[in-house]
Amino acid sequence: MKSLYNYAFFDEGSKREIRRASLKAIAIPGYQVPFASREMPIARGWGTGGLQVTLSLIGKSDVLKVIDQGADESVNAVNIKKLVGKTTGVETTEETERATLIQSRHRIPETPLREDQVLVLQVPIPEPLRFVEPSEETTKRLHAEADYSGAYLLLFEQIMRYGRVSTGADHPVEVRDRYVMAPSPIPRFDNPKMDHSSALILLGAGREKKIYAVPPYTRVVSLDFEDHPFEIEDVTGRVCRQCGAVDVYFDELVDEETGETFFQCNDTSYCLARMNAEADR
Amino acid sequence: MNKIVLQVKELGKRFGEGCPRCSGGDPTALERNYCPACGTVYALSDVSLDLFESEVLGIVGESGSGKSTVLNCLYFDLEPSGGEAFIAQYKNGNESIFSGSGQTRRYIRNHVFGKVYQNPVLGLKMKFSSLANIAEKMIAAGNRNVGAMENRARELLTHVSIPHHRMKEAPANFSGGMQQRVQIAKALSNNPPILLLDEVTTGLDLSVQARVLDLVKQIQRELSISMLLVSHDLGVVRMLADRTIVMLNGRVVERGLTDQILEDPQHPYTQELVYSLL
Ligand SMILES: Nc1ncnc2c1ncn2[C@@H]1O[C@H](COP(=O)(O)OP(=O)(O)OP(=O)(O)O)[C@@H](O)[C@H]1O
Ligand SMILES: [Mg+2]
Ligand SMILES: [Zn+2]
Repeated sequence: MKSLYNYAFFDEGSKREIRRASLKAIAIPGYQVPFASREMPIARGWGTGGLQVTLSLIGKSDVLKVIDQGADESVNAVNIKKLVGKTTGVETTEETERATLIQSRHRIPETPLREDQVLVLQVPIPEPLRFVEPSEETTKRLHAEADYSGAYLLLFEQIMRYGRVSTGADHPVEVRDRYVMAPSPIPRFDNPKMDHSSALILLGAGREKKIYAVPPYTRVVSLDFEDHPFEIEDVTGRVCRQCGAVDVYFDELVDEETGETFFQCNDTSYCLARMNAEADR
Repeated sequence: MNKIVLQVKELGKRFGEGCPRCSGGDPTALERNYCPACGTVYALSDVSLDLFESEVLGIVGESGSGKSTVLNCLYFDLEPSGGEAFIAQYKNGNESIFSGSGQTRRYIRNHVFGKVYQNPVLGLKMKFSSLANIAEKMIAAGNRNVGAMENRARELLTHVSIPHHRMKEAPANFSGGMQQRVQIAKALSNNPPILLLDEVTTGLDLSVQARVLDLVKQIQRELSISMLLVSHDLGVVRMLADRTIVMLNGRVVERGLTDQILEDPQHPYTQELVYSLL
């Protein structure tokens, strides 16, 4: 098939530059590497950062999975898959196990990732200190000096206001005892999956023009206080109504007929795989 | 005599590059603190001072004389163009604090100094709770215990008379006097040996001024902290400072015991200042 575009949309020079930034990011875990974010046929803020990383990495033999907040079928995920599929011809999948490259927004899959997989996360705000310090020049200096008081101050303020840490998502992490990093708006539930992950994790921010990374088997620690240890969302007692899973991240839904609330796996492909396995038995 | 806790030697701060006419250090090349040839501002020239243990040293001078610049350089908010400063806590006072790395500076800033800014917007995070504002300095000093920091912050805010039910409020909602008191509490959070106070009472109503001054006096008595007290108001300095230096155009023009300066001012500028107070 003859394509109107370059393979993977970008010219080779652009892809090489993004790969170079990614390599640097891997070499300095958690450090935000600036890169020349390209114009994309989708609006910035819709995952262009992650998409550029994906396009720079994808090879003919890759199998791509795209998830948006746990769902493979969302319009956004489908559009990204279409764009990558059209410009590369690579196979796409919804099964986490089959994918070699996984681009995701706001979740890390429930199925543990492997060494031969790469996870690309889409990032809206890469700077974990942005809410305390608006100036990029200053936050750069703070990272250089490993001055992360501001990140702790944000957590402290939440505890003063709400009695506990209330980061719904994007709870800051310290990577390999050095850089503090925004893990992207994944729930706290997913933070521990980054710690010593077998798969390489790359994070791309299109609007802010930054790439950063957690290399495989790297120590990732969620920031906390001695007397307020980091905690994931409490899921005890919750069971997926469809597949019976426990200890996963759930969506809380309301049964329109009975008005009762119930829980369902947020990771739809994980849920589906479990139901299929059940049916096969 | 008490021992010296801070020694500043020939501190200089220049805004601008300087030119052949002004960079020789000849004061007559300048119009006040400004070089008419190249536009460089000499905010500080050769400012030296000693601060003794549990002493209040007043710094007075008209607007633009360089008072804030002295404190900003010491607190590392501004990089000085020249000069040195020594404290016992850094290399036994053998090396200038300005030669320290970023990390050293941060340590000194958080453990040795507490500062009250002339403009509270610079000293406080206006939208964060007052408790968090106090905790910020403790967090910066490495404290990671919420309970301990909250207790200490409450204790300090009580000390500066912020009512209990307003401690979770943001300073943005507070009056100027309250904001200054929150700044004072913050400055004290790590028990620093030295306080840098920049116009703590300026812009406040007279009755509020008196309360803040009483607080400063009380803190000085109870904690015997050394203070550099900057004010353009000789009245404030008279009330609090044991010794005083007078600045004009970025230079120290007079120094001595506060009472002496008030009774027998030597420099014409000081004379003018003193007579205007009478
Ligand atoms: N960023 C800057 N660029 C240029 N000049 C500056 C800058 N900051 C301060 N100055 C100048 O340095 C001089 C000293 O300023 P400083 O703020 O120290 O004075 P001050 O004695 O604290 O005055 P005030 O009583 O008004 O607070 C002034 O002439 C001021 O205009
Ligand atoms: Mg000033
Ligand atoms: Zn000049």
